[in-house]
Amino acid sequence: MLTLQFIPYSEVEPLETSLRIHHLLDIVKQDKIVLLEGKLETEEETALLEQTLEGINHKFKGIELSYLEAHPENEALLQKIRHTLVHLLLGNREGFTVIGPANVIKEIKRDPHKIQLLTNEHKKR
Amino acid sequence: MSSFFGQVHGFLKKLFLRRRHIKLGIYGPPNGGKTTLANRICKDWTGEELGIVSNIAHETREIQIKEEITITYEGKELSVNLADTPGIATRIDYEDFLRYGIKAKDAKQRAKEATKGIIESIKWLDHMDAVIVVMDSTLDPYSQVNITLIGNLEARKIPMIIVANKIDLKKSKLRKIQTAFPQYNVIGISAKTGKNMDELYKALFEVAS
Repeated sequence: MLTLQFIPYSEVEPLETSLRIHHLLDIVKQDKIVLLEGKLETEEETALLEQTLEGINHKFKGIELSYLEAHPENEALLQKIRHTLVHLLLGNREGFTVIGPANVIKEIKRDPHKIQLLTNEHKKR
Repeated sequence: MSSFFGQVHGFLKKLFLRRRHIKLGIYGPPNGGKTTLANRICKDWTGEELGIVSNIAHETREIQIKEEITITYEGKELSVNLADTPGIATRIDYEDFLRYGIKAKDAKQRAKEATKGIIESIKWLDHMDAVIVVMDSTLDPYSQVNITLIGNLEARKIPMIIVANKIDLKKSKLRKIQTAFPQYNVIGISAKTGKNMDELYKALFEVAS
């Protein structure tokens, strides 16, 4: 069974980077796919990558990660200013981030406007 | 007083030698052709290759360095310490290596070394003066590894060149990478055949200046 867990931005907002990453990875390691409201900062993505790699073993094989923009990059200047202000006031909560365990997600296909999750076929035991 | 002489020395050196020295990293996802490119650069300017190329992902599991490569372009010289790094990935499954006939014990060891190599590569980013990001032009450029890597380089203010490799292949889609990263000069090359390497060397001088 595929489990998606939605995490609102407010749930991770008060956490500092390492705790935030730890929290997200804990959920992913339970074979759940995280749908996080908003976007991780660049340093958070790096920390997520490092913590993921440090945790890889024969059971946990890493993650698949992707981010879907809420707004196109070539939007009008006024819109851009508005979104920058929203970002400054409310934090990085626009768009959403998908993080899933590599043993569940085979591949994430992304183009600028959509994300496709391809899952691994469940092996018969 | 000594700093004054140091400044004069630096000025004269810049004026007459027109030579710079940079630490150049080759980064990107696995199997993009990083080692093939490193070998091409080394072969072009030193006559020797740097590393072993393989179809199996994570062949390069340690950073490999070639020091003091002198590249020349239009009368200028650039001295380069070239670092070929392990492919950056968010997943490593030892079972993927079994398909290539690698024994389970060796596959697990390979996965362990690959993991360690990626962590090292990321830490080494801070030592780089410039980076060549190598992407496989036959694959989807919107992978999170590419995006995270470029975001990291931007955040650290490290100049970069994006290389769309494997343009000798029919499936190559250079335009797709150019569309994905419109703010960068994306150079299509074939590290294997040497196609368009001059463009890359030219870009390297622009980045290093």
